[in-house]
Amino acid sequence: MTTTLSPTPNETVTRTTRAPAPHQLFCPRCQLTFEAAPQALCSTCLGPVQPVYANDGHPSRDELERRPRTLWRYAEWLPFAEPPVVARSVGFTPLVEAPRLAHELGVARVWIKNDSVSHPSLSFKDRVVATALNAAHAFGLTTVGCASTGNLANAVAAAAAAAGLPAWIFVPADLEPAKIVGTTVYGPHLVRVRGTYDDVNRLCSQIADRFEWGIVNVNLRAYYGEGSKTVGFEIVDQLGWRFPNAVIAPMAGGSLVTKLHKAFGEFARAGLADGEQPRIYGAQANGCAPIVRFIQSNARSLTPERPHTIARSLAIGSPADALTARAAILQSGGWAHAVTDEELVLGIRRLAETSGVFTETAGGVTVAAAYALAQQGRLRPSDEVVLCITGNGLKTPDAVASALETAPEIAPRLSAVEALVAAAA
Amino acid sequence: MAVSIHLPAILAPLADGARVVDLDGRTVGAAVQALTDRYPNLAPRLIDERGEQYPFVAIYLNDDDIRLVGGFDATVQDGDELSIVPAVAGG
Repeated sequence: MTTTLSPTPNETVTRTTRAPAPHQLFCPRCQLTFEAAPQALCSTCLGPVQPVYANDGHPSRDELERRPRTLWRYAEWLPFAEPPVVARSVGFTPLVEAPRLAHELGVARVWIKNDSVSHPSLSFKDRVVATALNAAHAFGLTTVGCASTGNLANAVAAAAAAAGLPAWIFVPADLEPAKIVGTTVYGPHLVRVRGTYDDVNRLCSQIADRFEWGIVNVNLRAYYGEGSKTVGFEIVDQLGWRFPNAVIAPMAGGSLVTKLHKAFGEFARAGLADGEQPRIYGAQANGCAPIVRFIQSNARSLTPERPHTIARSLAIGSPADALTARAAILQSGGWAHAVTDEELVLGIRRLAETSGVFTETAGGVTVAAAYALAQQGRLRPSDEVVLCITGNGLKTPDAVASALETAPEIAPRLSAVEALVAAAA
Repeated sequence: MAVSIHLPAILAPLADGARVVDLDGRTVGAAVQALTDRYPNLAPRLIDERGEQYPFVAIYLNDDDIRLVGGFDATVQDGDELSIVPAVAGG
């Protein structure tokens, strides 16, 4: 019996030669425009550049609703002039109403933007990888990679495998085992680096200089970051073209809250949603909360931190998007909060027990922050709130396992079950 | 103290194409000053108008972000490496 899997003789794999034509890049500080390139920084000021978008007409709500339910539905707000050639089935994750959680928070309504079931790798990082890999394809970069706390590693490995691209993926050596498995299974070059994520990121900056690779969150970052906007677009779309009052999201580098604010602004200017844009609240773990402290202290500059938290996916001690994250949060009328590791574990459990969604540690941070913000009076009884749940709980089962009761073990006897049911009554 | 400073590709044009520069200095600040004395065009991309670290670069003393070990006042030892990288950190 053969132990290998082989395609049938008539199967062929074809690759399109179309390129998605990435947009030019712009530095808002220097007011300089650059040709589309795998370069995330302005060559004058070294600040981040962003894609240029034309101010042409935008599609109507009806037109958008007729389009396929993927993140490419919002093509006019994504940095490509042509359709994608890879990662075409990403996005449009469920927006799930959570009435029992709303009751516990004391707000009118709560929805879970559930990227814990994102295709293909069960985190919102599939979105940013979708845009980054199309940029890589357009620039002729035949190897991709990333620095990651875990979810991005999974997403790059999965998307690269589907696209037939080699990938070099760099993670902290002590990353959670489930995230290591969830990367290795796709067959990339996975490298475990002794150090923190910040060490890994520094190394990948040097790697991007040295090799002609598409490091999605380094030299492809300008195109990568735009993928996060689609979380905001989908929230508005799925709520029936309106804004919630508040959105709560976790913060690692600070890019997601920045892009959420950008997305809501873009849809408001396009006339796709009316009224006040959402207040944005950012959440971190106390053991690594540089952006929260930057906001709460109103400091002139960020103080980096050495991470010490089980929320490994948020453990970025030197987040480069802190300035834009702070601006997004404060301009929206939101705030930021940090929770303890014990609180985030409770957050994972409360989300699962009230709403049937099992999230990883970053999601626990988000939920725990929601409880705290509600207690602080920052969430109003009339509020409609969306929680951004960015990753799946099966990626960090150890974080919550020890807090769960051990299931009883019984003999296969009906009487044993009767006793359990009686005890539970 | 003899230290080597590693520059990212984006700053190399401001250092006559150099990626690694060997310098002397007792502190990080002194080494950076020596670097900008040799390559004045680098100065505005390493030090802002207040004399503090330019916000769009990260500077590492060996494996430590200098902001965690005293900033420009951090002392250096013979053989230390200073790495200057663009401040891009987020997964």
